[in-house]
Amino acid sequence: MIEIHALTKRYGATTAVSDLTFSVQPGVVTGFLGPNGAGKTTTMRMILGLDEPTSGSVTVNGRPPRAHSAPLREVGGMLDPRAVHPSRSACHHLLALAQTSGIRRGRVDEVIDAVGLRDVAGRGAGKFSLGMSQRLGIAAALLGDPATVVLDEPVNGLDVEGIRWIRALLQELAGRGKTVFVSSHLMSEIAQTATRLVVIGRGELIADTSVADFIASAAPSAVRVRSSDQATLARLLRSPDVTVTAAPDGALTVSGLTAEQVGAAAGAAGITVLELATQQASLEDAFVDLTQDAVEFRATPRPNAGAICKEEK
Amino acid sequence: MTTWTRSQGQALVTVPAYSQPQRVTQARVLRSEWIKLRTQPSTLWSLLSAVVLIIGFGVLYSFLREARPPHGVAAIASFDPASVSLSGVQLAQIAVGVLGVLLITSEYASGLIRASFAAVPRRLPVLWGKATLLAAATLAVCLPAALITFLAGQSILGRQHLATTLGQPGVTRAVIGSVLYLAVAGLLGLGLGGLLRSTAGGISALFGLLFAVPLVASFLPGTWADEVGKFLPGAAGQAVTSVYPDPATSLAPWTGFGVFCLYAVVVLGLAAQRMRRGDA
Repeated sequence: MIEIHALTKRYGATTAVSDLTFSVQPGVVTGFLGPNGAGKTTTMRMILGLDEPTSGSVTVNGRPPRAHSAPLREVGGMLDPRAVHPSRSACHHLLALAQTSGIRRGRVDEVIDAVGLRDVAGRGAGKFSLGMSQRLGIAAALLGDPATVVLDEPVNGLDVEGIRWIRALLQELAGRGKTVFVSSHLMSEIAQTATRLVVIGRGELIADTSVADFIASAAPSAVRVRSSDQATLARLLRSPDVTVTAAPDGALTVSGLTAEQVGAAAGAAGITVLELATQQASLEDAFVDLTQDAVEFRATPRPNAGAICKEEK
Repeated sequence: MTTWTRSQGQALVTVPAYSQPQRVTQARVLRSEWIKLRTQPSTLWSLLSAVVLIIGFGVLYSFLREARPPHGVAAIASFDPASVSLSGVQLAQIAVGVLGVLLITSEYASGLIRASFAAVPRRLPVLWGKATLLAAATLAVCLPAALITFLAGQSILGRQHLATTLGQPGVTRAVIGSVLYLAVAGLLGLGLGGLLRSTAGGISALFGLLFAVPLVASFLPGTWADEVGKFLPGAAGQAVTSVYPDPATSLAPWTGFGVFCLYAVVVLGLAAQRMRRGDA
């Protein structure tokens, strides 16, 4: 359980996180979504007790993150999978972390097996691929069998098999009643894994909701229809509240009506419906709709704003 | 202990639970730091360099002084055969000091420090663990090297009847003091590394403190150069490494060493202060 209240973090003049309040519940996977630079990593660093909040508070399992006497039991985190000594082996890396809390050596072997690094555990971690590094980072996070697991962009750089593995792992952890908090800048990644969703942009909370509600609220759905007389059907359906557009393949995309309404209108006019489907707004669309004002770096050409890179005279 | 498995698509995940008690203690952090110390190559290379420099340069300089012995009563009276054989310590302090810096800055550079601090949220046990092991490793490796170079140097100088023995007043103190000096130089490096969190910055600050500051101080007018100079870290610490420190340019042996330790304590204290508060 992670509880964040009025959390603000400033680095000099830059406000990375501003007045965030939300909680992450045990037993489900909670996605933490936001564009690059939205403050996800900063928030996670404060959850792990690495950065001090400028104001506001963070508690993990009821206590401030730095107040736990057995921290690896309470919260396991992965921020940067490359944060290893390059010539130290995966075994020694994990063993050094385990020793701090008196975690026995056998546990290191267990987590190495669990993440599938058995064959490379004796090699220098600096030579690991990104996927192997991610697995090592996750192994470190799981060492103390923590009640709360915090992973920053765990699917970055993974292949399909690795992504499936992480999804299954996160589901398992949540199924065991753990609090699982996973960040991503890709909505599609989160939607397939998470149940709950916390969305931030420019350090501010945009949404704290379920994945299903988020999609439903962000963009209305449309109805795709193909029929024996598209032109007539389009004329029948059009009204001030309804827009009808033709798709490249000849189908009509109707927004403002439900599939039932479209079907009934076609039936009443004696038009044969060949295809009728509700189109859910895509997850990326929903995400972009909500965060488009909060994207920090955007490619918007400003023709008369002068040179960006000035030459030295 | 329970084991759980479940497959989704092709993925099979098996992570056993772990119900053993856990708790962070200074002794456990020390064990953790011991694993880190012996599994990073810079430890081996630095300490090996220190040994080679202590023995190699000590023997070389002993041969040099054997070939060009002191002439005249005054020169012979002030000749310090123990210091000649221990002259490699001056170079070895670079190796040990750099190891001290690297021990902490390599963790900041890679980001590993965050994993370390997440596991040890009080943070300072990590610094004390590194300091303890650095000092212990330096003493364990450099004390035999200092004894070897002393004995080898004396057997070389003995051919010109210039040798001394460990039984002479101040000689054993100088040999052991040289090794203690190295250990504290390492701690000074560790403190500077922890304070500045950058390898380049830490090494530069260490060299500046040990070599550049005395150079600047030597330009002070009149007796100021000597009076200020003897309190600078390098000169103060080296008082304990010579059998007859010159009272005009040097503090008494253990007083000087105490001043040197004080520098290390202050720098480590500042590093601890910065580490305990603030962001990792």
